[in-house]
Amino acid sequence: MDSIRHWMLGPQGSAYANDVDVLYMFLVWLSVFFFALIVFLTVYFAWKYRRRKEGVLTPNISHNLALELLWSIIPLIIVMGIFFWGFNDYVRASVAPNDAIEIHVTAKKWLWAFEYPDGTRTIGNLHVPVNRPVKLILTSEDVLHDFYIPSMRQKTDVIPGRFVDLTFTPTVAGKHQVFCAEYCGKSHSDMMANLYVDSPEVYEKWLVEGDEELKTMPPVEVGKLVYENKGCNSCHSIDGSKNTGPSFKGLYGRVEKFTDGTSITVDDNYITESINNPQAKIVAGYEPVMPTFQGLLRIPEMRGIIAYIKELK
Amino acid sequence: MADIITTPHISGHADHHDVDYLHDGKGLKSWLTTVDHKRIGVMYLWSILFMFFLGGVFAMMIRLELLTPKETIMSAETYNKVFTLHGAIMVFLFIIPSVPAALANFVLPLMLGAKDVAFPKLNLFSWYIYMAGAFIAVAAMVTGGVDTGWTFYTPYSTTTDGSVALMTFAAFVLGFSSILTGVNFVATIHKLRAPGMGWFDMPLFCWGIYATALIQVLATPVLAITLLLLIMERTFGIGIFDPKLGGDPVLFQHFFWFYSHPAVYIMILPGMAIISEIIPTFSQKTIFGYRAIAFSSVAIALVSFIVWGHHMFTSGQSQLASAIFSFITFFVAVPSAIKTFNWIVTMYKGSVAFNAPMLYALSFLLLFGIGGLTGIFLGAVSVDIHLHDTYFVVAHFHYVMMGSTVIAFLGGLHYWWPKMFGRMYSEPAARVACALVFIGFNATFLPQFVLGSRGMPRRYYNYLPEFQALHQASTVGSWILGLGFLIMAGYLFASLRKKMDAPANPWHSRTLEWQTSSPPITHNFHEIPAVGGGPYDYYRPVGNGRNA
Amino acid sequence: MSNTTHDVAEHRFRQHHFATAEQQLDTSKIGMWLFLATEILMFGGLFVGFGLMQGVYPEAWVAGHHHLDRVLGAVNTVFLLCSSFTMVMAVHYASTDQKSKTVMNLGLTLGFAFAFLVIKYFEYSHKFHDGLLPGRYFNLAAVGGPPQIGIILISWIMVRANRGDFSSAYYTPVDLIGLYWHLVDLIWIYLFPLLYLVS
Repeated sequence: MDSIRHWMLGPQGSAYANDVDVLYMFLVWLSVFFFALIVFLTVYFAWKYRRRKEGVLTPNISHNLALELLWSIIPLIIVMGIFFWGFNDYVRASVAPNDAIEIHVTAKKWLWAFEYPDGTRTIGNLHVPVNRPVKLILTSEDVLHDFYIPSMRQKTDVIPGRFVDLTFTPTVAGKHQVFCAEYCGKSHSDMMANLYVDSPEVYEKWLVEGDEELKTMPPVEVGKLVYENKGCNSCHSIDGSKNTGPSFKGLYGRVEKFTDGTSITVDDNYITESINNPQAKIVAGYEPVMPTFQGLLRIPEMRGIIAYIKELK
Repeated sequence: MADIITTPHISGHADHHDVDYLHDGKGLKSWLTTVDHKRIGVMYLWSILFMFFLGGVFAMMIRLELLTPKETIMSAETYNKVFTLHGAIMVFLFIIPSVPAALANFVLPLMLGAKDVAFPKLNLFSWYIYMAGAFIAVAAMVTGGVDTGWTFYTPYSTTTDGSVALMTFAAFVLGFSSILTGVNFVATIHKLRAPGMGWFDMPLFCWGIYATALIQVLATPVLAITLLLLIMERTFGIGIFDPKLGGDPVLFQHFFWFYSHPAVYIMILPGMAIISEIIPTFSQKTIFGYRAIAFSSVAIALVSFIVWGHHMFTSGQSQLASAIFSFITFFVAVPSAIKTFNWIVTMYKGSVAFNAPMLYALSFLLLFGIGGLTGIFLGAVSVDIHLHDTYFVVAHFHYVMMGSTVIAFLGGLHYWWPKMFGRMYSEPAARVACALVFIGFNATFLPQFVLGSRGMPRRYYNYLPEFQALHQASTVGSWILGLGFLIMAGYLFASLRKKMDAPANPWHSRTLEWQTSSPPITHNFHEIPAVGGGPYDYYRPVGNGRNA
Repeated sequence: MSNTTHDVAEHRFRQHHFATAEQQLDTSKIGMWLFLATEILMFGGLFVGFGLMQGVYPEAWVAGHHHLDRVLGAVNTVFLLCSSFTMVMAVHYASTDQKSKTVMNLGLTLGFAFAFLVIKYFEYSHKFHDGLLPGRYFNLAAVGGPPQIGIILISWIMVRANRGDFSSAYYTPVDLIGLYWHLVDLIWIYLFPLLYLVS
């Protein structure tokens, strides 16, 4: 049974996820029962009363009130039960306990930015401690998005000009997937994030020091991670193909022409400036759409992305 | 009808129109200026079938692209346009007009024993409006395309590039075509029933179309005004939906679903209406629970107006609103269950034949069963929060729109084809095609339920590797489905090249459209039929004065 | 159906798919009422938008309504009410075979309708330089279209009435266009307090 559940619904990340799954699996078995009933009756009647002779008259069975009431009232009772079950779970899950950690989430095409209570900011990676309720306060800077954590069975539309919240209490440590579930344009399907559920000690340490692996990894590897996790990849390709922004392939040392007619040879300074103040110089043929990453990259990360771009010849 | 009591000619003219409607007038002009509901129905049929082909090509492109993550055959921008066009074409240009405007236009007056619909010129006008809307939609496709999804959600739709204003204008225009068709049918059913035909002597198809027409008339104007406001916001920059201009993006969703949820029933009710004809005919048996089926159509139509918020459980609407919408939504389960069991029980002690239309009707029972049952998952708020905007929803509404409505439409097409064109198609080929469509459809969409419940969001160009196996199963299913449709196109076109060979009543039906020649004469009946008895009196011998 | 005019009218205007002229008239009326229902729903949607906008920008609405002259608005309301009355009279005379009175009343209706539009025109040409306020759009959507369509339709039936097309046996177009004109009137009566009298 549990393997069927796992195959259908994937990993669970919280106690609430299990509640949803219990209802879901109840509905699955209920549907299997009724579907089997429909198939059985359809096939049985169709075959048993198949036409053996042309032109026969059939009995006039116009209706049967008792039967019809039976198959009106039974479904009605069942669905009313399902309504209360589903609604009850939903209400319970949408109330945030007082001790919840509040994390602000800002969505924009096509990345997720997080701001923690202590001012730490990240893009594309959300870290939370295990077994503590989390309250996300979300807003969008452009169009509708939707913050969806399948393993928590939770999602909410993220609406420009409004704050909405989303509550969950992760109970399973490890990496969880986050999707954007409201269509938002070209890179909608790349607008993902990672949810890291850490032990409380690891979480506190992370808040201070940042990602552990950054320190030991070679800069190019760090740069590759930054490229994938901070959202660079939704606009900049590494294979030379044109995307929303210029490709990183062969970028370092290239002479870039800008919309104002000037040009520059790409070096460390130019890359740093483009990350911190992207609107300063716009490469000809592209739109000024990149958001600033000022304060979002730690020094090893900035060093890493420059090293990574250098590598992409 | 049980017995047609022959009445003398009421009208003084029309005797010179004894040729069949297909040969009453030659050349393109005689078609483009016709006010004959049968010819208009046929023109609609070819128009919507072309649109179905176009939407189908887009569907195949979507499935092919999703064979692998990242780029398979097209870029992300192209993909977004393709799925938008697939949805917009299928909904506005194919499914909504499919049964009402094409099939019902042809058979409704015949079933009622009328010579035409209430307003024949308006009927032709509706077709021209439809063609204008189709033309504008095609213009929108070639002048930049649209990448908003068929739902046109704001503020994405008010800020993205492309021909969004043109496409919404097309939907606006098509809405009027739909409204006028609805007005025409309501008036026809009220006033043009044959002498002696009471409301409960009408075939159930007419009840289904009546409920549909009411929704078309009452819901479509709200869509029209919504799309107009969207166009105004895009062109003049007044803030109604875009928060940057002081508007409210969620308001658009309320407006949109106030129409589009009833529109789901504009799509499904005519499908149910067809099934209510096919099953008694091929079982040669009185329909079980006539009134329950008739009233449940009207009940579904009414409830459909107050459930739109179940599309918006994740939109930040209040919990109270979610509670009310969820609660009412579950009531739709009841009339649906009534209909399903009534259809099944109709076969009890019948004489069931397995011709192609009946195979479609039986497929409908199973597919609508799955579509309806998975709807219960989405009505339960906590489960819906998880499944909203995932492939589960995609699979669910394809089971309802395609597995139910389109399958019923195909059943109706095969059922009335001999009446419309006077030719029988190849029955074995039709059975093979039906089996392929059934298998292909399930192979395409069953895997999508699992994809969705495992968290795969919809409208994704790129996806995680763990989803690939199910996506590939789905794509292979779409090829089987496509093959089924190719075979269908083959034998249907082949039948048109034959000589006319269809008998007046090949299925031994008792409803009025079968009591005239195949194809019918221009004025439908040689004598205005008068009616005594119900439309499904298969317990009585065929009465006198009938040509069946 | 005793007299000959009836039979002639029956023969001339009854379409082949109706059994009797009465059935034809009833059917047309159902169609028209349904059409009016769709119009009301459309404007209903517009008014919902209007109400919400008013909630969002109350200042703009108040400013907008200061730009509108209540006296002109009231005069226009009176004009439209009168036109509805003359329309009713036109329908009455058409149904009782009084051709000249029908034509005269239709003419009066047209006169009032034109007076309404002329006042509207002056209001706009005078105020447009003040900038486009939100209410303007709703006002335009409601009065820019339906009255003009109504005028064209009334002119058309006036020509037909003058030609002697209508009689007590057949006056469906007068009846239906009358219904349409009342709707135009009704929308204005709804709009007048909303746009002119809010504060």
